[in-house]
Amino acid sequence: MSDAAQSDAAQSDAAAVDTVELAGKTPDEHQPYEELGLRPDEYERIHTVLGRRPTAAELAMYSVMWSEHCSYKSSKVHLRQFAGTRTDRLLAGIGANAGVVDVGAGLAVTFKVESHNHPSFVEPYQGAATGVGGIVRDILAMGARPLAVLDPLRFGAADAPDTRRVLSGVVAGIGGYGNCLGLPNIGGEVVFDPSYAGNPLVNALCVGALPADRLQQAAATGPGNLVVLVGAKTGRDGIGGVSVLASATFDTGGGWAGSMAGGPAKRPSVQVGDPFTEKVLIECCLELFARDLVVGVQDLGGAGLTCAISETAAAGRAGMRVSLERVPLREASMEPPQVLVSESQERMLLIVAPPAVDEVLAVCRRWGALATVIGDVTDSGRLVVTWHGETVVDVPPASLADEGPVYERPIRRPADLDALAAAGPGSLPRPATGIELRETLVRMAASPNLCDRSWVTEQYDRYVRGDVVLAWPENAGVLRIDEGTERGVALSVDGNGRYCRLDPYTGTQLALAEACRNVAVTGAVPLAVTNCLNFGSPEDPEVMWQFAEACRGLADGCRELGLPVTGGNVSFYNSTGAVAIHPTPVVGVLGLFDDVTRRTPLGFSEEGDTILLLGVTRDEFGGSEWAWVTHGHLGGRPPQVDLRAERLLAEVLVAGSRDGMVDAAHDLSDGGLAQALVEACLRGGAGARIVLPAGADPFVALFSESAGRAVVAVPRSEELRFTEMCDARGLPMTRIGVVDGDSLDVQDAFSISLAELEQAWNATLPRLFGGGPV
Amino acid sequence: MSARIGVVTFPGSLDDVDAHRAVRIAGAEPVALWHGDHDLRGVDAVILPGGFSYGDHLRAGAIARFSPVMREVVDAARRGLPVLGICNGFQVLCEAHLLPGALTRNAGLHFVCRDMWLRVETVRTAWTSGYEPGQEILVPVKHGEGRYVAAAGTLAELEAEERVVFRYARGNPNGSFHDIAGVCDASRRVVGLMPHPEHAVDGLTGPSVDGVALFLSVLTAHV
Repeated sequence: MSDAAQSDAAQSDAAAVDTVELAGKTPDEHQPYEELGLRPDEYERIHTVLGRRPTAAELAMYSVMWSEHCSYKSSKVHLRQFAGTRTDRLLAGIGANAGVVDVGAGLAVTFKVESHNHPSFVEPYQGAATGVGGIVRDILAMGARPLAVLDPLRFGAADAPDTRRVLSGVVAGIGGYGNCLGLPNIGGEVVFDPSYAGNPLVNALCVGALPADRLQQAAATGPGNLVVLVGAKTGRDGIGGVSVLASATFDTGGGWAGSMAGGPAKRPSVQVGDPFTEKVLIECCLELFARDLVVGVQDLGGAGLTCAISETAAAGRAGMRVSLERVPLREASMEPPQVLVSESQERMLLIVAPPAVDEVLAVCRRWGALATVIGDVTDSGRLVVTWHGETVVDVPPASLADEGPVYERPIRRPADLDALAAAGPGSLPRPATGIELRETLVRMAASPNLCDRSWVTEQYDRYVRGDVVLAWPENAGVLRIDEGTERGVALSVDGNGRYCRLDPYTGTQLALAEACRNVAVTGAVPLAVTNCLNFGSPEDPEVMWQFAEACRGLADGCRELGLPVTGGNVSFYNSTGAVAIHPTPVVGVLGLFDDVTRRTPLGFSEEGDTILLLGVTRDEFGGSEWAWVTHGHLGGRPPQVDLRAERLLAEVLVAGSRDGMVDAAHDLSDGGLAQALVEACLRGGAGARIVLPAGADPFVALFSESAGRAVVAVPRSEELRFTEMCDARGLPMTRIGVVDGDSLDVQDAFSISLAELEQAWNATLPRLFGGGPV
Repeated sequence: MSARIGVVTFPGSLDDVDAHRAVRIAGAEPVALWHGDHDLRGVDAVILPGGFSYGDHLRAGAIARFSPVMREVVDAARRGLPVLGICNGFQVLCEAHLLPGALTRNAGLHFVCRDMWLRVETVRTAWTSGYEPGQEILVPVKHGEGRYVAAAGTLAELEAEERVVFRYARGNPNGSFHDIAGVCDASRRVVGLMPHPEHAVDGLTGPSVDGVALFLSVLTAHV
């Protein structure tokens, strides 16, 4: 298109545009609010706020900002409980782009987990890739350099036909984006369960670090300051991502794609990522922060420009004026509502004082990042958007950002819960002989949820930037964050949908306990919590009950452990038809090392080390991996939670690691002691001779999933010191064997060579998903 | 005065910080070189680090080859300046025709991040003189396009002139011809390899410290 033609087209668009003036004159104009995901009473409320009908652009903005995804309208009343969890180390908490924790020595760490579930089912590669991109920009917006990502993933049954499509695309997308961005992938989960068949869960956690005094504000302050958009051009991708995709179940989508993207060439609501642009954007923004050139910064993610301008304007308690036609577009024919809600990736919004703007633009040019002044901060208290001189938006910014609808949705305990609890695992046939136990152990180790994850993790860079101390399959991802002081952090993300299906309160606390344990096992002190709450439809009272219980469980648990919830994300509508996923709160825990060289690895490697089992084992198989793998059974009660005992265990593990008493340690979770031993032996390349405690039922000892437990390998020279510490602190502890040989021997039961174990453990994912080692 | 080793940063370079660290650990001074500059700042050697320069747009290394700094690197290499290309840097050197052959999509079609054993096939290069002939070293690979290919005649020439510098010793991660992990030019001062020696310089974060000798070699080779 020639310049002249483009200008004509733009002008004819401008002529057809729905302005504030026109809205005042045509109060009865029919507006497609329901197709955009708004309810009649919400539409009425917009009238009340504005004193007139909204323009098309305003309607688009309210529809995305008041969507479940952006407004948290169903979850807000429950999330308030997290405000009761605190720490004096918190520099920024819930409501910020990501929580920020002071870790001493002038450094702060920021981390957050988010979901990208719906897009990743529709278009696995781009959905997962842009999930990484989005969370990385949240971390960047705090002023931090993103340092690493972790990805908790859940798919349908491993052998279901669609799982291969979704998993292959998701893993390639995460790798393709994260690798190209130069972010190591240091941990996560890969879980298979039929409940996720139509609703895979793709969560992404990013962690970053910053000088504590360089924390950035997501606020547009200072009338006269300029609003600068940096990064990619805006296109028609991701239109209505937060409303159509993320805030509706898959059978009932809204009309965004039709009404917004226009015509038969229906564009998907999934964004398309370009990691190269994001890499450049990161380096560019970090240089701007380091040179103290910006007053405020906000990322563009869900709800795009609408979210960024309304949130910063609301936070700054000022006003803002945006000349929308200045936004660089991929397609000149885009109209104001599309420009405002496009979720095109790799964009950031900066607030810049006028004297600094030339320097800001010069830095952006040097990095090859497109930067455009699109507006300014005003003192009007209004967010005003013009399009070629005509006013298309004039609203109070807080009405979009903070004052969306809040619902107290009805809740009802699921009708089937009592029956589910009654149908416990007690009646399931259990392996008794040595041969049966051996067979069970191999079958479990080879099962999709417990087998080797290399097929996934080898597609991720775990080395870039040279600060990764431990990466999965280790207990937690561990990073050095300061080469001078050897300060470091550990991160783990955990969840268990089966436990939560049986009891969401307990299940959520089990996830919290496991994440804390995983961090403590490496030697880090648990410090702060983030969460991604993945649930079905909030309009289903039974789902809402699960959600309420999970929030209550997490809030109570964090209070008891003295850990703050620093932020998180809610993903509702993970349902297909009336069938919801298992309630799946994923809990992320950040831990701190004063000296990361003290970290404890997972693998047994020192022959002769004593193997100790810490904690108490009970006969607990409700929701267990054993019940699921061998009997396809889900029922009964999940393992009990004792957070005081978890805290004690964590203290012992941290002390043992810090004082050099422990060569290796591994938490016990899915698959129990047996799986922990398999993993520790294979990881370190050394075998183990195990003597189960006298009088214990070998099956229970090996496969129970009682919480609050870990195995440690302790050098002979440190054994007395370590066991005395356990005794002094009152932590139950049992000597169960030694690191030795090249097989896993359980006395009086069975022996199995590491070679045989490794073969069983390694083969599963390549067999299911192809492309094994070359 | 310690040797000064330049590390080029292209837009999309990722392992430049690691290369800087490796140079420091070897006792030399890392010097940051910018892709848009026509200046090598008088350095004693140059490293082209790993990453996705220019987003791997068109083809890995294809655009970086035309950057201003590469004109200087090519000229200097022809005058004998030691140059090391790691991963994406190796791809750039092949695109710039400082090294023969090309790097194509891995045979398994996936990105592979894995610790690999390499055999040092020749110590007669500017970057491997610190190793023992035939020494096996443990170094990570991480790439999606690391399958080394070349015409039969080129391969024969490389083998005959002992210009295969590193070979995968215990399993080939990408289907490279002749298990080739790295090669050098006829002057033996320009070396490219897909594995990442700069990720094997610190026992805390790497699988070994076998990579350090590479960065030490160039100090004795030149200074």
